[in-house]
Amino acid sequence: MDLEAMYQEIILDHYKNPHGRGLREPYDGESYQINPTCGDELQLRVKLDGDRIADVSHTGQGCSISQASVSVLTDLVVDRPVDDALAKLDAFVELMQGRGKVEPDEDVLEDGVAFAGVAKYPARVKCALLGWMAFKAALVQAGVEKAREGAEIS
Amino acid sequence: MTATPLEAAPLDVAAVRADFPILTRTVRDGKPLVYFDSGATSQRPRQVLAAERAYVETSNSAVHRGAHQLAEEATDAFEDARERVAKFVGVDAGEVVFTKNATEGINLVAYSMSNAATAGEEAKRFRVGEGDEIVITEMEHHANLVPWQQLCRRTGATLRWFGVTDDGRLDLSDIDSLINERTKVVAFTHQSNVLGTVNDPAPLVERARKVGALTVLDACQSVPHAPVNLRELGVDFAVFSGHKMLGPSGVGVLYGRRELLEAMPPFLTGGSMIELVTMERSTFAPPPQKFEAGVPMTSQAIGLGAAIDYLRAVGMSAVAEHEKQLTEAALTALGEIDGVRIIGPTTTESRGGAVSFVVDGVHPHDVGQVMDSMGVAVRVGHHCAWPLHRRLGIPASVRASFYLYNSVHEIDALVAGVREAQRFFGVV
Repeated sequence: MDLEAMYQEIILDHYKNPHGRGLREPYDGESYQINPTCGDELQLRVKLDGDRIADVSHTGQGCSISQASVSVLTDLVVDRPVDDALAKLDAFVELMQGRGKVEPDEDVLEDGVAFAGVAKYPARVKCALLGWMAFKAALVQAGVEKAREGAEIS
Repeated sequence: MTATPLEAAPLDVAAVRADFPILTRTVRDGKPLVYFDSGATSQRPRQVLAAERAYVETSNSAVHRGAHQLAEEATDAFEDARERVAKFVGVDAGEVVFTKNATEGINLVAYSMSNAATAGEEAKRFRVGEGDEIVITEMEHHANLVPWQQLCRRTGATLRWFGVTDDGRLDLSDIDSLINERTKVVAFTHQSNVLGTVNDPAPLVERARKVGALTVLDACQSVPHAPVNLRELGVDFAVFSGHKMLGPSGVGVLYGRRELLEAMPPFLTGGSMIELVTMERSTFAPPPQKFEAGVPMTSQAIGLGAAIDYLRAVGMSAVAEHEKQLTEAALTALGEIDGVRIIGPTTTESRGGAVSFVVDGVHPHDVGQVMDSMGVAVRVGHHCAWPLHRRLGIPASVRASFYLYNSVHEIDALVAGVREAQRFFGVV
């Protein structure tokens, strides 16, 4: 097994210097997610500005994969229309649940494509999705009804 | 002149390993497997598979039913396995109940206690309700925690617990107030699945007896690894799992003192566990059948019997001594690495072969991933002991757990894995 294939440089960079970290006020939706198998925790807030994601802030503790993933999420969705963010969410979930067989679209997922290698390790998929699960739940709480639809994250 | 006790013959690791086909496989692109996750589930020797196979190929049928020859042979083989289990832990066969696993054994006791509310006078001592207390410890596996929480929720009883000291020992300083005349159950682990700490049941059993409380011992991590005589320990109930002691999954054991099993109401009801059934009511078979409703796991119980034969042939003292050497080597080697913190006792004094640790700056999940890439299988996470991790101020840990088939030189792979994780994540 090639460790570098899973822990791409991009992932390690995001892990060491996470974007969006620290909870911020004000916010419209919030979610607290845990990974019961390993005890990782993540609290995430979303601030909306009309149909746009104005801010995503988060705090928690977790492995490099979960921490890097939420950092990448921040880059991908902040300052984007909600619809774009939801499309990225669906694409990321599809990538992660594809057992390494889904070819990621770099135009949509940008740094998120680095997680393609993680998808081959079922035990780590949940780590990668923790932040996205929190984002989806926070959007629902913020009143974005269509966030209820789309990819099922479990 | 004092007599020197006979030393157990040392364990021949190479000979043992030859009985475990899985240990010869490679993982992750050709790396030899180093299996350090026996605390979660152990591997099975050929002898266990052979026993299961022989039963299925020659005598398979439903036990305790039917009068044909296969039924007779199956029942004999099943009951023979029960005898072996009983002898292995120093109790009578009538005191051994086969369950799905240890978790089910604890639930059986907890649910039987709720059922006691509506059972007859003979079940009185099992009744719990408001004002009663159940005492556990902060180092319990969720299996010996959640069922008691739930029993308290169902009955209005209060859950209390012993704390854990910073060095991973049970804090018994408040034993006389924690275990008091309101206490109905004292449930505790014999050996922590995270810390490796071995708890001496004596003071807990003595205090529980004084106040008339029942004791329940989680022996999942002790019975597979050292000589254990449950009668001598004096506990009222004990549980352990087949798959953690070279046996199959799907079979566990609940031990209960005979008079208690006789008085305790059943948990699961149905076929096999009855004496007389009418449309209005039923009476129940004597224990252990009273607690074994339905056709039981059979080849699994027989496999467990074979696992016990295997362990007896090696000798439990030899197993314990071998694991002590492994533990000593691991504690010493890990202790020498900067940035590694061992969770639990750092000597082999009253300590078994589960060694958990954290690596500064590298999350346990990532340590485990690096080790996995090198062929070393360890457990990462909270190991079903979340409150214990919270108490120790860590979200998770890495656990290496040893068994009779591990060799001392495999500890080198553990150390190499930790160092590689540190290098890869740039913390050294």
